[in-house]
Order: sequence, then C-alpha cells, then structure tokens
Amino acid sequence: MDINIASQITSFLAALVLLTAFAMLAQRRMYGLVNLFAWQGLFLSINTAIVGFVAGKHHLYISSVLTLSLKVILLPYILHVLIRRLKVHKEVEMVVNIPMTMLIGIALVIFSYHLTAPVMELSTLVTRSTLAVALATVMIGLLMMITRRHAVTQIIGFLAMENGLFFAATSATYGMPLVVELGVALDILIAAFIFGIFFFHINTTFDSLDVDQMARLKEED
Amino acid sequence: MKLYTFVTEFLQLIILIGIAPAFTGWVRMLKCWSQGRTSAGLFQPYRDLDKLFSKDVLLADNATWIFRFTPYLVFGTAVLAGGIIPMLTVDLPIAYAADVIVLVALFAIARFFTALAGMDMGTAFGGMGSSREMTIASLAEPAMLMAIFTVSLASKSTSLSQMVHVIYSGQYVFRPSIAFALIAFILIALAETGRIPVDNPATHLELTMIHEAMILEYSGRHLALIEWAGMMKLFLFVMLGIAVFAPWGIASSGDFIPILSAFFFMLLKLGIIGIGLVLIETGLAKMRIFRMTEFLGSAFLLATLGMLSFFILE
Repeated sequence: MDINIASQITSFLAALVLLTAFAMLAQRRMYGLVNLFAWQGLFLSINTAIVGFVAGKHHLYISSVLTLSLKVILLPYILHVLIRRLKVHKEVEMVVNIPMTMLIGIALVIFSYHLTAPVMELSTLVTRSTLAVALATVMIGLLMMITRRHAVTQIIGFLAMENGLFFAATSATYGMPLVVELGVALDILIAAFIFGIFFFHINTTFDSLDVDQMARLKEED
Repeated sequence: MKLYTFVTEFLQLIILIGIAPAFTGWVRMLKCWSQGRTSAGLFQPYRDLDKLFSKDVLLADNATWIFRFTPYLVFGTAVLAGGIIPMLTVDLPIAYAADVIVLVALFAIARFFTALAGMDMGTAFGGMGSSREMTIASLAEPAMLMAIFTVSLASKSTSLSQMVHVIYSGQYVFRPSIAFALIAFILIALAETGRIPVDNPATHLELTMIHEAMILEYSGRHLALIEWAGMMKLFLFVMLGIAVFAPWGIASSGDFIPILSAFFFMLLKLGIIGIGLVLIETGLAKMRIFRMTEFLGSAFLLATLGMLSFFILE
C-alpha cells in the first residue's frame, strides 16, 4: 500500500473516530450510546491494523484483534446486559444541554490541536496528524464523564477515554509494547466486571443510578 | 466571453424551470410507491401548476404590495440562483460575477420576503409560520455557509465553477473535511427545502406547518409561482450538492457533446438522489420543532468539525 494513501485512510478513520465521539456526546438513548461506542472501537481496530501494516509492526495486529474482540464485541455486550438487567434504557439526563456540550467539545478539539501542533512538527510518523484527534477523543470522553449524571454513561465516557488513549499511543509511537497493551486490555475487562457489580450494589442501595444521589452522606434527612 | 456561453446559460435556466416540477413529481412518485399507494405520475406537478395558473387570484382587502410582489420575487431569485450553480457546464457567464455567498443571500432574500408576506395579512397562522421559518433560517444559514466554506478551503475559492474545476484537476481522495461538510449539507438541505424531519411538505394540519403556513393565504397564479419556486429550490439544492460534492459529468467546456452527456449524467444523479431523499423521508418521522436547534446545531457542528479536520488532518 502506498504511504500516501495509507495516511489518507488513517486520517479518514481518525475523522470517523472523532465523529463517533461527538455522536456520543449528542446521543440521548442508552443503547444508542453503547452502539456508538462499539462503532468507535471498530474504527479504532481497523485503524490499528492499517497502521500496523504500513509501519511493519506486527504486534499491532494483535492489539487490533484485541480491540475488536474486547471493545466491539465483549464490552458492548456486557453493557447491553447491564442496561437490560438494571432497566435503565430510558433517556439520559445531562447536567449541561446538548448544543452547549457540543460547543465545549469543539473548543476541546481546537485546544488539543493547539497542544499537539509542536509534537506534530517534530514527528515523522505516517500517523502524526491523527494525534490531535486522539487527544480530542480523550478530552471528549472526559467531558462526557463530567456532563452526564448517570453512572452507566459515565462508564461509557471512561471507556471512550481509554479508546482515545489507545489511539494516541498508536498515532504517537506506533503503539505501546505488547505487554503493556495486554495489561491494559485485561484491566479494562476487569474494570467492566467490577463496574457491573458496583452498579448492582448502587442500584440496590439508592434505587437509582443517578450519581447525584451519592452526594448525600446521611441515610435520612 | 463568447456568445455560446450565454446560450448554455439560457439552456440551463430552461432546464431548471422545466425539470424542477418533474423532480418533485419523481420524489412524490417514489414516496407513493414506498408507502404502497398508487402515484399520480411524474407529471402531476405540471398539472397542478397549470390548474393554479388558470384560477383567479383572491386577495384580502388589507393585502399590501409586499403580498403581491413576493411570488414574483421568490420565483425570480430561484431562477437567478439557477444561473450561478453549474448544472451542465462550468463555463457560465453569471458564475464569474457571483459566488456561493451570493447564492445564500439570494435564498435569504426570498425567505425574508416570504416571511413578510406571511405576516402581511395579519392572520395567526401566517405570523406563526414566519416566526418558525426565521427561527430555522437563523440556525441553518450559518451552518450552510460553514459547510460551503469547508469545501472552498480545499479549492481556495468561493466560486462554484472554480470549485468544480479544482475537483476535476486535482486527484480526488479521501477527504475527511469534505465528508463532514457533505453530512452537514444534507442536514441543512433537508431543513432549507422543508423536507420531512424538519417540515412536512404534504401536511394539511396547520399547527405543524412551517413553510405552508406562510403561504396559506396565496391563491391562483401567485400560489403557482410560489409552489414552482419551492420545487426549483429543492432542485437547486440537489444541484448545489452535486456541484460541490460529486461534480463528475458536468462539462468543463461549452461544447455540444459534453453538455449532452452532462445532461444525462444530471438526470441519472437526480434519479439516485430522489431515491435517497425518499429513503430519508420514509425512514424518519417529523421532528418536534424544539428539537430543531439540536438538529441544525449538529449540522453546524459537523461543518465546523469539517473545517477543523481540514487543518488537523490534511
């Protein structure tokens, strides 16, 4: 594959990752959110495979398959089961309204572009231009954790943030060493299970997954 | 500047005025089929227009010149806009004088006068329609300009002919910015032409009307002109989309054979876009009017993202 075409395809996939990040900010339904998260994982996985092919780093294939199986199939499945069991598939409440959140998101994209501009000048990798998008994805995940009230959506925000970090690693240095990536993948998987258990406990204790309820320390007032 | 460019310009305007109702008829026909109804045929809009032209104009006593003037102005701006957009060939005399910003301004003039005419009579529905139309317009226009600017960043010009030239000359590649701009443009075009998620062109319920509410008082040839202009507006937005995002087939010179092939390419693209439009319209329900800010806000966001990704990724 031609280097030029490969860099165009990675740019395009980066744009799609950014688009799914924004779509997640705008999404009101819980199931839609999980599906968008799965799409983001899919674009990330394809991107990783292409970068691995172009750069000749074969361990990136393994991380691509790992991303595919974990973030596209397993985690969305777990989240679907959680949402069904906890019966929380209604509309998502937010602290800030959607257009405002999106404007903040755009500001974050500009900020991360500004932040990564010096790095991009020094780097010689094919993927250097996608670094800004990766950082923006991390920040948008963080924004989602801040602006959503519901515990499950906050977790999806967290996972989207992890997607962004993984993307940043791929675009800045052609991926972390395989051992680290395996460790992170395992961490995410365990985290998802622990979140699941926690959600059940929160749900039985507070009768709701709204994190505002947890601001109260006393049992009755 | 040669004489035959004026001939092609004239030809293009004839095509705009002549084919626009057929395109509307095609969309209605597909819609009927997709809903399992028998359609009235491709030429029903012509018959409707003919019927309206042969009817008398009923004017309220308190109608001012604005009310009588608006149909002609709306029709005129639509025709003028057709002179700017390259449909058959990029070699258009008017296109050198006016770029895409003028195009948006032409649509804005037509909308401004339609809104005034809606309020002219002092009826409740007219005022309501005008207020809704202006709400949508104030959100759609910046988004539209942003989407077009994103494309003109790549071609370094706001002239539509120049944009087509640049797309022809350069090797057309995966451009994230153009993909974003295209999605934004589709959302805006749906809002501007009053198609389903925003406005229902076939509605008879006054409370949900937007565009129809403004022209509720019109009759006879005035109504015919406004309806015709509405059809042309849909056609123009499709043509604008083709010229900016998929211009292949448009003749780059003014010769006869390329123009003929451009004409058939245009018909083919119109057919395909009609199918796409019907798929969107049958798949979606009309949106609540208070959701409109989100809908058009996301169009603006996509256009802005396109502009940012031009700087970041390209």
